[in-house]
Amino acid sequence: MLLRHTTAKEIDRKALTINPAKTCQPIGAMYAALGFHGCLPHSHGSQGCCAYHRSALSRHFREPIMAGTSSFSEGSSVFGGQANLVQAIDTMFTVYNPEVIAVHTTCLSETIGDDMLAIISKADEDGCIPKGKSVIYCNTPSYVGTHVTGYSNMVTSFVKNFATATPKKRNVINLVAGWMEPSDMAEIKRLAKVMEARTLMFPDMTGVLDAPLDGHYKMYPKGGTTLEEMKLSGDSKFTIGLGPMTTEAACIQMDNKCKVKFEVIDIPIGFKATDRFLMSLSRHANVPIPEELSDERGQLIDLISDSARHLYGKRVALWGDPDTLVPLTEFLVSMDMKPVYIVSGTASKYFDEKMPVILKDIPEAKFMCGERADMFRMHQWIKQEGVDLLIGNTYGKYIARDEDTPFVRFGFPIADRPGHNYFPKTGYKGAANLLTQMVDAMLDKFDRVCDEEKVEFQM
Amino acid sequence: MAYILDERQKQVSVAGANAPTIECNKVSLAGSVSQRACVFCGSRVVLYPIVDALHLIHGPIGCAAYTWDIRGSLSSGPELHRLSFSTDLQERDVIFGGENKLYDSLIELIDAHNPKAAFIYTTCIVGVIGDDVERICRQVEKEKNIPVIPVQAPGFQGSKKDGYKVACEAIFKLVGTADKPTPKKSINILGDFNLAGELWILLEYYKKMGVHVNATITGDGRIDDIRNAQNAGLNVVQCSGSMIHLAKMMKEKYGTPFMRVSYFGIEDMSDALYDVARFFKDDDMMAKARQLVKEEISRLMPELAWYKERLTGKKAAIYVGGAFKAISLVKALRLIGVQSVIVGSQTGTPEDYELIKKLCDEGTIIVDDSNPVELSHFVKEKHADIFIGGVKERPIAHKIGLGFCDHNHERKEPLAGYEGMMNFAKEIYATAMSPVWKFTKNP
Repeated sequence: MLLRHTTAKEIDRKALTINPAKTCQPIGAMYAALGFHGCLPHSHGSQGCCAYHRSALSRHFREPIMAGTSSFSEGSSVFGGQANLVQAIDTMFTVYNPEVIAVHTTCLSETIGDDMLAIISKADEDGCIPKGKSVIYCNTPSYVGTHVTGYSNMVTSFVKNFATATPKKRNVINLVAGWMEPSDMAEIKRLAKVMEARTLMFPDMTGVLDAPLDGHYKMYPKGGTTLEEMKLSGDSKFTIGLGPMTTEAACIQMDNKCKVKFEVIDIPIGFKATDRFLMSLSRHANVPIPEELSDERGQLIDLISDSARHLYGKRVALWGDPDTLVPLTEFLVSMDMKPVYIVSGTASKYFDEKMPVILKDIPEAKFMCGERADMFRMHQWIKQEGVDLLIGNTYGKYIARDEDTPFVRFGFPIADRPGHNYFPKTGYKGAANLLTQMVDAMLDKFDRVCDEEKVEFQM
Repeated sequence: MAYILDERQKQVSVAGANAPTIECNKVSLAGSVSQRACVFCGSRVVLYPIVDALHLIHGPIGCAAYTWDIRGSLSSGPELHRLSFSTDLQERDVIFGGENKLYDSLIELIDAHNPKAAFIYTTCIVGVIGDDVERICRQVEKEKNIPVIPVQAPGFQGSKKDGYKVACEAIFKLVGTADKPTPKKSINILGDFNLAGELWILLEYYKKMGVHVNATITGDGRIDDIRNAQNAGLNVVQCSGSMIHLAKMMKEKYGTPFMRVSYFGIEDMSDALYDVARFFKDDDMMAKARQLVKEEISRLMPELAWYKERLTGKKAAIYVGGAFKAISLVKALRLIGVQSVIVGSQTGTPEDYELIKKLCDEGTIIVDDSNPVELSHFVKEKHADIFIGGVKERPIAHKIGLGFCDHNHERKEPLAGYEGMMNFAKEIYATAMSPVWKFTKNP
């Protein structure tokens, strides 16, 4: 067994993290930056950081991931990274010609105390930033927060640098997308379109990380929120943030800077969260929810009722990020399932407040976020009492195999199965997609291992 | 070639008469979308396959998360190396120091797993905040009575190649700490990482020849074998970029001779076996090697002929980590009728590139430390059909409509040895001839 080292007895750990359910800030900043058209993310640190983030994102999306690095040397770590970043900015505009360079820091550049604003000003004074082009930055020390924090920081930086309020308000709703797949964003945009609501989504990875194969390599694929749209976002009449951990800071920034009021709601995973999203959009865009969407909801409810006997009381273990875990847990509970173990490496007040409420009728549920809320701990819980289903990123596959437990892949990273960037988990259709995968996984196992005489044609 | 950065012009050359010597061993230009990684990455990938040791990463969570089970280095026993252990440094640790956290983590881990040794990797930030990792290691070594070895690998201290050196030094600390009776005609296998079980194929070959394999460094590696590595008669070094430093240190201190080999392709694989027999001046061993090679080749060649017939005329672009591997690939591809039109590496030496230049057909582009923009131009210019590289190159190749073969961490079938040559031919054929490439243009 691959995880033969996991013991059922929980070891009291005060320092050690084993098999993390999180990663570091910079990769989140890199991912967020890819949701803006013509943007080249830049990692201000050693070149390994950049290589790791590009590899991790490449493995997940199976798409080319472009980003620059300051390639720190021994010298930079003593004298600071100014020379490297100024040269990097020059090189990138000369060779790769992006619209904007989105710089994020690393643990190293943060600890040696590089002043990003000063360095970027220096690059500008030196004439390294061509007219009409921009360099923005956010601070992403790896020893604070997690990948989720980095995503939030980069989105906030785009608002801070580009959103502009003019006297002319537009009848548009900003949709700030939390950490989700391009497919999830596409589905949310489709819902808005069906409602005939005018929306502006940022960041927007559709057309970037689900780009078609047409025989050409494009450094900047055609998707992504344009900088022009980002400027206009300051004139929108309202902002809806999808996912508190990844979008609230950007919403607040938008309100402070451009006086655009906002509401932060859950990422629309499951029918309740989708209901809330549609109602919020309906209210703020002042459009009705059309019958077409009521029908989609009805289809989902129909599917749930058809599957209810397979779902009732099933014990589920989940791991991932607070923004997706909260609505996902709510969805499972609303279908009479029992999410009993939930971990997230990301410390989150949102998680800590919502989970006890959602799980109030499941007293056996254990949930934990923050330091040492890792996959090893969750496996120990599972060893104590097993579950019927696992939902989370690829790092769950070892547990799935060792414990022979059905497994649905959801979250980041998914490095061993394709398609997650094409098939959504948001909206009613996404919920139906997710539900089908869950039932398939559980019934596939039943059909495989049940006694021969119990195999039945109809289930 | 306007798409090549001015500063990089000398790192690109075209094979042919009077071609200038390529410049390499240069640091990457800041801002260039380099495919290279860092010191930590280099040390981590080399030490990772030692399966009965603890690998604890002292730093913020990222460095541990990105190297958790990243290469398919298979183990025939323990699986401890596939877990991810981190001190997960937080802001307070950066301010007040992470030494206590490191100590506590180590004790917790050693108590839980009783490993044979522990490697403690220091990351960028640890050097800067000034944790005395050496002292903690010495202290825990004394308390727990196992070797606790600091791997000083702050990323900024260089490229992946410098990390290989750091790893070699860590291993070298273990060598010579045990003294077991060892057959005279025995070898250590250096620089095979048992990706997809490749090491096991080699072990089988050497066994058939009557060669005793003492330590495998580091594929399917064991601490006790490494501690006794000095007792082998010969170090056989593959992937010389990563392990030659260890071989040189062992030669200097213990007088262990070494030779460079490659296990990719028929020619290089056969040479690797003959060279070992020749070294031990053993006729019986040589006869067995000849017999083995004869059997394997007579089985393999007719099968390869089928592929060669169909692949002849195809062109390949190679961009891999080590240049020595690139050389083997050029030869292996030639064997199945594929011409190499671009050959590049992240970490080649001037000697490697000279060798490549001599080996390749005129007009072949040779490049050091390339980037996606250059590579995509090269493949268009040279009309390549197949790309051979690693994780970051795959999606680019596919977008352009090229077949792709992963010759790096993500290979799923063994590519070493005769069996590996067969797999390689199949993989190249499957990807080059995939019908999907006919549909890449819109109707």
